[in-house]
Amino acid sequence: MEFKQGDRVRIEKNGTVYEGKVMPSMEGYVALKMKSGYNAGFSVDEVRITLLESEEREKDANKAGVKECKPRAEEAASRSGKLPKVAILSTGGTIASKIDYRTGAVSSQFTADDILTAIPELKEIADFKGRVISSILSENMDQESWQNLAKAVVEEIKAGAEGIIVTHGTDTMMYSAAALSFMIDTPVPIVFVGSQRSADRPSSDNAMNAICAACVAVSDIAEVSVVMHGTTSDEYCEIHRAAKVRKMHSSRRDAFKSVNSLPIGTVDYETREIKTLIDYTKRGEKTLQFKPGMESKCAIVKFIPGADPAVLEHYINAGYRGLVIEGTGLGHVSTKWIPNIQKAVAAKIPIIITTQCLNGRVCDRVYDTGRDILKAGAIEGEDTLPETSLVKLMWVLGQTDDFETALKMLKSNLSGEVTACTLG
Amino acid sequence: MELKVKGEQKELDLKKNMGVSCLDSGENMEKYDYSELGLKAGLEIHQQLDSKEKLFCRCPTLIRDTGEANFEFFRYLRATESEMGEKDRAAVEQTKIRRKYIYKAYDTTCLIENDEEPPRGMNREALKISLGVAKLLNMKPVDQMHVMRKIVVDGSNTSGFQRTAFLAGDGVIETSEGPCGIDSLCVEEEAAQKIEEIGDSIVYSLDRLGIPLVEIATAPDIKSPRHAREVAEQIGMILRSTGKVKRGLGTIRQDVNISIAEGARVEIKGVQALDLIEDIVRREVERQLNLLFIRQELLERNAFVCEEIYDATGLFVDTKSKVLQKGVKKGAVLAALLREFNGLVGREVQPGRRLGTEFSDRAKTAGVGGLFHTDELPNYGITEQEIQALRDAIGAGPADAVIMVADETEKARLAIEAVITRAKEILQGIPEETRKALPDGNTAYMRPLPGAARMYPETDVPQIEISHEYYNSIETPELLTERAKRFVSEFGLNMELAEKVAYSKDLPLFESLLEPYKKDAIVNATLIARTLVGLIPELRRSGVETENLSEEHFKGLFAAISTQEIAKEAIQDLLTALAKEPELNAEEAISQLGLSAFDPAEIENFIKEMVREKGDFIKEKGPAALGPLMGIVMKEYRGKVDGKILSHMLKQEIDSFMDQG
Repeated sequence: MEFKQGDRVRIEKNGTVYEGKVMPSMEGYVALKMKSGYNAGFSVDEVRITLLESEEREKDANKAGVKECKPRAEEAASRSGKLPKVAILSTGGTIASKIDYRTGAVSSQFTADDILTAIPELKEIADFKGRVISSILSENMDQESWQNLAKAVVEEIKAGAEGIIVTHGTDTMMYSAAALSFMIDTPVPIVFVGSQRSADRPSSDNAMNAICAACVAVSDIAEVSVVMHGTTSDEYCEIHRAAKVRKMHSSRRDAFKSVNSLPIGTVDYETREIKTLIDYTKRGEKTLQFKPGMESKCAIVKFIPGADPAVLEHYINAGYRGLVIEGTGLGHVSTKWIPNIQKAVAAKIPIIITTQCLNGRVCDRVYDTGRDILKAGAIEGEDTLPETSLVKLMWVLGQTDDFETALKMLKSNLSGEVTACTLG
Repeated sequence: MELKVKGEQKELDLKKNMGVSCLDSGENMEKYDYSELGLKAGLEIHQQLDSKEKLFCRCPTLIRDTGEANFEFFRYLRATESEMGEKDRAAVEQTKIRRKYIYKAYDTTCLIENDEEPPRGMNREALKISLGVAKLLNMKPVDQMHVMRKIVVDGSNTSGFQRTAFLAGDGVIETSEGPCGIDSLCVEEEAAQKIEEIGDSIVYSLDRLGIPLVEIATAPDIKSPRHAREVAEQIGMILRSTGKVKRGLGTIRQDVNISIAEGARVEIKGVQALDLIEDIVRREVERQLNLLFIRQELLERNAFVCEEIYDATGLFVDTKSKVLQKGVKKGAVLAALLREFNGLVGREVQPGRRLGTEFSDRAKTAGVGGLFHTDELPNYGITEQEIQALRDAIGAGPADAVIMVADETEKARLAIEAVITRAKEILQGIPEETRKALPDGNTAYMRPLPGAARMYPETDVPQIEISHEYYNSIETPELLTERAKRFVSEFGLNMELAEKVAYSKDLPLFESLLEPYKKDAIVNATLIARTLVGLIPELRRSGVETENLSEEHFKGLFAAISTQEIAKEAIQDLLTALAKEPELNAEEAISQLGLSAFDPAEIENFIKEMVREKGDFIKEKGPAALGPLMGIVMKEYRGKVDGKILSHMLKQEIDSFMDQG
């Protein structure tokens, strides 16, 4: 029997009859969506299948059909002119995900306009313009994606956006946000937002996160920030500084935490009120500058007990231009690694020491090993997260080829990634 | 059908005049001829499974005391589009009001119940139990199971959907009125338990969320209220036969789908007691008939519903009615005008429930407390003058009915809109809807019938293949009805006792206790059964904490009887003592109570002594002296020595006394 996905068919199995629409099926089975809405699979070899109606005919019969949800390059949402202008840049991810009726899978094919339709409250906060940058899962992003995103953000600011919202997959959001915070000096808020529960479910955190992000986008917090749930409840969102934030849980709504810093502030979901907790850069304080250079040949190396120093040698020989070491405790590696650190520095490869404790500051002046690491030429990453240190390293090496200048830049606080006093 | 309704009219009027409901009709007489009314009814039975772990996480299936909750959080839910790009109408209605859902979590619940972690694979134990039930219902399984998400936005599922999978279809059970088809068997997650409502917030407890459940839906083959009950009982029996289902209040729930010709399919949710099923069916039929009758009259009157919503706030600024005062303060008094409805809004559709109650149910979906209609006024402090002023203001004549809602303006508007919708529906016929069962057998509106738009695939759970080999390998248990028959033939129990034991939750205990005594002269099945299903409930009723009794206690008890250490008569005292001090074992309790069988020599002496004392009496009465003398012996040894043994000893002693002359 000839039939394809979307057709309505009748299946007979040992005298039992099921009718429904053919869904994406696994090898050897035909999956049926029955009138009750349930799907079930039947072994192709054991059933008789009769075509009732082909998908095309049914589509003709039902003109309304199914909404197309292909991403469009640019969409214009209504502009009333009274509310602040905010651009939503969509890069894919769970906040922008939707069920594909054909495959039943959650896909990222959801545009900025769809977000506005799904979350009508947004229209009370700002006058939105939507723009699709990409529709990829965040684990597939790379340095070029960061640059493209940054470029689009800068274009929108130049075009008059008073705030930017970037919807992003949560897995690598902290990297992209940190990258933009190094690349762009921004006079307006640039807010990253995502969701930990897909947008198809009634309990999704997408609506609250997006609404809170919009509040931040029209606020005077002119920084690159990440706005996500503050607790497991739909109570408030936290506004995290891009250079201090880390995804600290694989699945919870409140996965994002500021490390070694308080969040910039919170947004109450009910009242939409923003409370700030630390100093921040205000709207208009900086003039727009864009320095997109990025060196992608950098890596994080995690030291573990007994790790072979040849690991470092591999990166040196493979032409890596900078390395971040996640050391133990205050920032240590075994004494066997020290000659290779020396070797790297001699080859003008900056080495930044961070701690795998994440919380707390690196201090290589307490124990002999630490002092030897510094003597070998490595730089302390202070209380910067290893991932932020890596992005910083990539950006610095994208800005200068001079080793000494690079070291100087790496030692300074460029985007709030280093705090003066460690949070108690 | 119209004639039919008119024919019914007399009957209904008569019934109303007499103030009796159809439920008062005789035991064996039904009020209506259900087959002629075109009754179509089906059941949906939800039964919790007694698996070790929940359906999609590894948490135990334990019900907790809400006082033991160690964490609380809250969420809001939104209606979302299905994979087909539609919103479910029930979901849309339920998200009209923004409700806050508060959840209580425990040390026996995890991030999966909190909707903070993707589900684990389906619990295989639950799947196996469910397929076992499918087999008992003569169903045919699918080859590959797909887990779906069924949108439920009342907060009872943290995710906003219930995970459910269709396992089997096309089954049948035999009933006294012919075969009843079983259309589907699904395995799904139990919802969270609603604890309380505080304003627009609802508190749920997460202990119950995720307990495996089978949902069995029959075909619309049910022919009468009594038949509905029979089918429910039979499916319940089949479920309990597995020995793998939860027992107790709330562990099984029945939904009833009912329609009559010219009526509409109505799904009635949450019938917890079997006894209620018949009433529910009867009263729903009555409701549909009465609504059809009201419709008929409305059509004859050329009634219609005005779309306009009237703001009557100004008329009630100085009202003496407290409820209206409150409404005015909160926002507004809004009104709807129903032309030619006068007198019919107050017409009963079920005992104690009027058409006005149906309107009020709808209004409540907007979050208001209720409404006023002119058929029930003047009342609630609202005066005749005020009503007349209202009628004048909106141009309502004496034949018209007016509905009023007083609350926050937006809520009142949504409420009046809902009433207008419902009022228009009555002119069309009976609306299809989901209703909830009330404890008295009536029903109240819950939400529209959900459509297929509420269902989409749960992509986090892989599909499971159900092979022939696997399905065939699942053993089906002996049905409880068969087991009862076997107890009669095998162990000589009478049928009543056999059924009692077979249906009791102590069936496994009975079988385990009986095992060593299948050929015992003293301890037999009847004794064990009587103890478990006769004596124990009796003791419980008299305040003994029988839940303290363990299997070990019972084992010790029957061992002591079997070895004649104690008499059967001592059972009650011994169990009472053990329930009071459960740390004792049977042996210890026996010696503490002094129940140990007496030294035969001592009993012999007692009897000899007594016989000598009563010598004259024996000489006078002869063998007939046995009875009265037995009374004296029993007074001394009741509960301590088997009466048969005593009687035997006494008879011997009397005989030898008489022989000696």
